[in-house]
Amino acid sequence: MLEYARWKYFLVAAVLLLALLFALPNFFGEDPALQVARKDHAAMDAAAAQAVEGFLTQHHIPFLKSYIDSGRLMVRFANVPDQLAARDAVAAGEQFGGTYITALSFAPRTPEFLRRLGLRPMPLGLDLRGGLYLLYQVDVASAVSQALDGFAQDARRALAAANIPVTEVSNVSLGSDKPNAVRVVLPAQADVSAAKNALNTVFQGLSVDVESLASGSAITAQMTNAQIKERQDYAIQQNITTLRNRVNELGVSEPIVQRQGLDRINVQLPGVQDSAEVKDILGRVATLEFRLNDTQNDPFEAARTGRVPLGSKLYTNTRMGRPVLLKREIIATGDELTNATSGQAQEGPVVNVKLDARGGEAMLKATRQNLNKPMGVVLIEKRRETSVVDGKKVTRDVTDEQVINDATIRGIFSNSFQISGLSAGEARDLALLMRSGSLATVIYLIEERAVGPSLGRDNIQKGVTALIVGMVGVFVFMAVYYKVFGLVADLVLLANVVLLTALLSMMRASLSLPGIAGIILTVGMAVDANVLIYERIREELRKGVTPQAAIRAGFDKAFSAIADSNVTTLIAGVVLWVLGTGPIRGFAVVLTLGVATSLFTSLMGSRALLTLMYGGRRKIAHLPI
Amino acid sequence: MEFFSHQTNFPFMATRKVWYTLSVVLMIVSLGSLLTRGLNFAIDFTGGVSAAATFPQAVNVDEVRTHLTAAGFKDPQVQNFGSAHDIAIRLPPDPSQSPANVRARLESALHGVNGGAQVSQLDVVGPQVGKELKTSAAWALFFTLLGIFIYIAFRFHTWRLSFGAILAVLHDPILVLGFFSITQMSFDLAVVAAILAVIGYSLNDTVVVFDRIRERFETSRRTPPSVVLDQSINQTLSRTIMTKVVTSIVVVALLVLGGAVLKGFSAALMIGIIAGTYSSIYISSAIALDCGLTAEHIFPPVKKEALDHRP
Repeated sequence: MLEYARWKYFLVAAVLLLALLFALPNFFGEDPALQVARKDHAAMDAAAAQAVEGFLTQHHIPFLKSYIDSGRLMVRFANVPDQLAARDAVAAGEQFGGTYITALSFAPRTPEFLRRLGLRPMPLGLDLRGGLYLLYQVDVASAVSQALDGFAQDARRALAAANIPVTEVSNVSLGSDKPNAVRVVLPAQADVSAAKNALNTVFQGLSVDVESLASGSAITAQMTNAQIKERQDYAIQQNITTLRNRVNELGVSEPIVQRQGLDRINVQLPGVQDSAEVKDILGRVATLEFRLNDTQNDPFEAARTGRVPLGSKLYTNTRMGRPVLLKREIIATGDELTNATSGQAQEGPVVNVKLDARGGEAMLKATRQNLNKPMGVVLIEKRRETSVVDGKKVTRDVTDEQVINDATIRGIFSNSFQISGLSAGEARDLALLMRSGSLATVIYLIEERAVGPSLGRDNIQKGVTALIVGMVGVFVFMAVYYKVFGLVADLVLLANVVLLTALLSMMRASLSLPGIAGIILTVGMAVDANVLIYERIREELRKGVTPQAAIRAGFDKAFSAIADSNVTTLIAGVVLWVLGTGPIRGFAVVLTLGVATSLFTSLMGSRALLTLMYGGRRKIAHLPI
Repeated sequence: MEFFSHQTNFPFMATRKVWYTLSVVLMIVSLGSLLTRGLNFAIDFTGGVSAAATFPQAVNVDEVRTHLTAAGFKDPQVQNFGSAHDIAIRLPPDPSQSPANVRARLESALHGVNGGAQVSQLDVVGPQVGKELKTSAAWALFFTLLGIFIYIAFRFHTWRLSFGAILAVLHDPILVLGFFSITQMSFDLAVVAAILAVIGYSLNDTVVVFDRIRERFETSRRTPPSVVLDQSINQTLSRTIMTKVVTSIVVVALLVLGGAVLKGFSAALMIGIIAGTYSSIYISSAIALDCGLTAEHIFPPVKKEALDHRP
């Protein structure tokens, strides 16, 4: 008698149904689409969607259904020319160009009900959809050096304020037995303990050391390893934020900007071809300025007449949408900004700004004298523009200045203050903008990989053809060699591919060409478990065991060999997963998950199916194996 | 259908000197080639530029090379790739050139050739990244072997079996590396991934054979070890061959249809699978036998004293 517990049938059925549901979105294909997002990062709503659709209808551009996905509107088109026409029309449309950023994209043809459930197809890797991969090296050493410069400057100022004579204040970056330190050398007549007191606040948290020299004494303040790491992490995080902002500005759909290893950032831009322009924008240098508002004159008047009062500067490009007059004197710049975070205070959402000592001092003076007057924050970006003049490429540096906020000074403050009067979203955006204002340190491009869209399509086609041919070959072979049992194995293999696809879709792991190769290989290797079981069953049958007992013995005796042989593949898969990057990691993910799914399908799935076919109390004379 | 309806009875153990010799010769050739010719490392490991370009018409490779040299690219390697319209270009790392505008320079250099080309793929890898990828590939190889060795040490009850398995595990990647050295096929990251997969996968057969050896020793302790080993290999032979035939079907599909990107990857898998099958049938068990494997090593005789102490 051959039996299988009812709950196991139930488990197999439930897992496979769920897998089918999750794998389903991958079988519908994609439409060319236009992704429309608001420039101010606010979410698109039904009204905005209607406005865009109305605009397209008005311009006689046919489109398929549109839908909103994570705050962005996806408008689908039947063909690429319609998609391009729509992009050009939206970019040229007067009320549209300023409000929205568009990106060419592909939208899955997934039916509404699946999308509502949050089910999506696997994202395709850059090698399959075409795009640009950039790897940047962040100069973290200079981030630490910058911090030391700040400490040195603060130390000089503190000692001067306390009237203590100084021989030298230097930044000891590397190459000494005490690296990453600030060294203050005092002449013999200086009062060391007074100097130490004066430096107390400046060197807070640093490990401070005093030594006697022939000509006086030296105070060395060394950054701890934790502080250095914090500084480096901050620099990388800030660069990532800056790059992410800039990528969004480029209007790339589904970009990825992530840290890689200790001091690298990788940027993946699907669909992007023109690498020169992209690299130009990503490497752009920007800064912030804090300036007082000119409250004596009317900015609207100045904007209308074009007459700007002496000592002031008129900004028409502002985030508030109204012209602003700011005084020419700069209180502090982005170089003095050490951090900006959004938070919640009694008066509502705020941006917490932190300046270094120099900026703090200037801010203290300015706020003391200008309480209850407004102060503006200006974002200044320098970028290199390439244009073609008379058939020649001409590059010029362009400076963009935008007032991102002006608010009333509510109290006297120095290096740490809050900007209030914002909504939560605005506070977050402002903090982000202020942080992303400039790259914390220089970045170098060290790796670049570009795949053209046609090559990507070619890769997909080749991968899928190999997958189908390979699978059909295996299916035919198994069916011929093991007859009905072979067909069972084929069904199990198919279930394995569905389960693997479902897992990959759930994890949102992007599919690369090596990933497809991994799926193909999984099919070839998953057969192993079935072969082990079937050969065992045949062996038992040869010994003269009854068919049902042979099936049971086949599964039981083959189990340890199946488990073992999968463990060794798993070891290789996990190592690759940990050490690999990019497409290779994609392969490792598929290989590792494939081992798990094939164990499940071939041990539980095929046993359930075979027991269903040959189980129970029936008498079976012969097995079609 | 059944290829192995009658139990085969090949004398693997008696003929093992022949198989050893074959393996040793192949290993010597592989290692010799690796030492003298080395591997043709792709830009993943050396740094540099690799590009693919498509021309509207068939193109002369030498003409492209001349144009590239004239445009200031040093030692460009140009090959046809797929069809006569498509070329693959490889440039060694050149510290004197900025990597930023390689695409523009390439396109303008190709402009004069046969109506211009479209660059469909461009990889620029800095020398530093290449060095690191080489290191991390070496570490991946090391950790996989380490993991497998630890597994083997725990899995088998005697060092004789473990030693056989380890030699088989080392045997396969050396032959794959040898193949890549002799053919000078481009050795990239995907090939390393394939070699790791092969290391894991080829051990399967050895494990299955060793499992059977344990089972045979359990039922027939008095049979001479060489007979038990022969029986075990023969009994699992149909499974070993079947599995490998099926896996080869998909790997051949990949090799033929997967395109140029996966060529090295699938070739490495193919060679690895063949080598792996060979080593688990002919080498691993034979090594265990020559290390003096007997039933006692797997099932140690119960000691009398141990019994006496029981209440």
